[in-house]
Amino acid sequence: MSLVLHQFRYDQKAFWRNPASVFFTVGFPVILLLIFATVFGSQTVEVRGGIKTTTYYVPAIITLSVISATMQSLAMSLVIAREDGRLKRGRGTPMPPWVFIAGRIGNSIVVALLMLALIAAIGDLAYGVGFPWGRLPDILLSLLVGTAAFCCLGIALTAAIPSQDAAAPIVNALLLPLYFLSGVFIPDDQLPSGVIHFADAFPIRHFFESFFDAYVPGGAGVSWDNLAVVAIWGAVGAFLAIRYFRWTPRSG
Amino acid sequence: MSEPVISIRGLRKSYGDAEAVRGIDLEVERGEVFAFLGPNGAGKTTTVEILEGYRKRSAGEVRVLGEDPEHGDRRWRERIGIVLQSCRLDPYLTVRESLGLYAGYYQAPRPIDETIELVGLGDKADARARSLSGGQQRRLDVGMALIGDPELLFLDEPTTGFDPSARRQAWETIAGLRELGKTVFLTTHYMDEAQRLADRVTIIAKGEIVARGTPEDLGDRESRPARISYREDGREVALETTTPVKTLNELTGRALAEGRELEGLEVARPSLEDVYLELTGQ
Repeated sequence: MSLVLHQFRYDQKAFWRNPASVFFTVGFPVILLLIFATVFGSQTVEVRGGIKTTTYYVPAIITLSVISATMQSLAMSLVIAREDGRLKRGRGTPMPPWVFIAGRIGNSIVVALLMLALIAAIGDLAYGVGFPWGRLPDILLSLLVGTAAFCCLGIALTAAIPSQDAAAPIVNALLLPLYFLSGVFIPDDQLPSGVIHFADAFPIRHFFESFFDAYVPGGAGVSWDNLAVVAIWGAVGAFLAIRYFRWTPRSG
Repeated sequence: MSEPVISIRGLRKSYGDAEAVRGIDLEVERGEVFAFLGPNGAGKTTTVEILEGYRKRSAGEVRVLGEDPEHGDRRWRERIGIVLQSCRLDPYLTVRESLGLYAGYYQAPRPIDETIELVGLGDKADARARSLSGGQQRRLDVGMALIGDPELLFLDEPTTGFDPSARRQAWETIAGLRELGKTVFLTTHYMDEAQRLADRVTIIAKGEIVARGTPEDLGDRESRPARISYREDGREVALETTTPVKTLNELTGRALAEGRELEGLEVARPSLEDVYLELTGQ
């Protein structure tokens, strides 16, 4: 356990010093929130009996931030470490290999929690979207399941990424369309029902729904069926990760 | 005589139909710098990765520090250090942090500052890895492999792709390991590197060992024919002889008697490079 903390401390250092990881996981979601709030701020979204656009986008952007801090960030950083030969090198030391992965997962959890706090604070202070303190347990439960599931999916995804250069295109090609189709970028009431049915096949939509229900006023709190779908996706990810994750570089 | 640090008997490794290592035997004694020399694709990296526990062998006996590397546990890993052929460092960690990270993996690591001095990075201790030159990164690599204070160090082609000054720096670091009493298993495809650093050299070509010995007597260089060359009436004459003193005496005697010079007269032993190229069939 102390070894995991040791690994985590260094992973944190490397994370915060890497301008690309800080921009895409921290800066980018904030910018998106500011853009959406500025462009659509005065409108109303016809869900849950009509809510402010900003009330819609705060949990939406937190959803995106969590996926970005977990699935996206893990897949990219593990592929880079693998192709650099750093995973292979670590296996040549007495450190049990899972410690390396655990350190990275720890990093993802901390960044995801931080993004929850940051986006919620901006939502509250800038747009008057109050944080539902009474539903904190629901929010944390939803976050916990989502974080775990998307970490597993990120680790599994590395098996499909052959090189460092391919990491960003593959991750973005998967996630960006799903953000649009799942209602993260475009509010639900503007999406055709066929699109939502399609998005229902993937975990992003379900994670968004469960988090949204826990966050917005008039939401249902914990949305067990959505969380269950996210957890199943996570379990599939964990299985694929254990089966196909590799420690040695694919190229060279 | 203590037990060898590495012993290999009849080691074989196949990838599908291709046999990369075809039955090799070798032993490495405690405290020596052992060079495993051969051209690219000869089976060097395959062999060293079997010794490091990264690959499974197809056949043969392998003992590294008394254990089978395929079943090397944490305690065994405490005793070895590995420098991979190509490994980039975490670009955002400094020299001191990179060593600190690795020091945490071991029960009894070497002091970090001392290790930084040992690999000659004293003035770069707080520089991030990305700002180091290729030679400096390699020395940090060696430092990270040494941080656990291993008995045995593997260096897989440590200077491939380096410019001459970076090679010299890396060589100085490796030569310094001998003074620490480490056993070093070095693979290289540079003859001069093996010659400069190793106590003993074994040459591998196409998966088989073709020569072994000290850098001086490798491939029976002393007993190979000498080559005598000179010019006569404007044409090059070259002859090979196992008795150069006698042949030279006859040649020069005749030239003296006829009152002429042997222009461009040279007597040469085959260089290590010649022996190496011949043995490896290049």
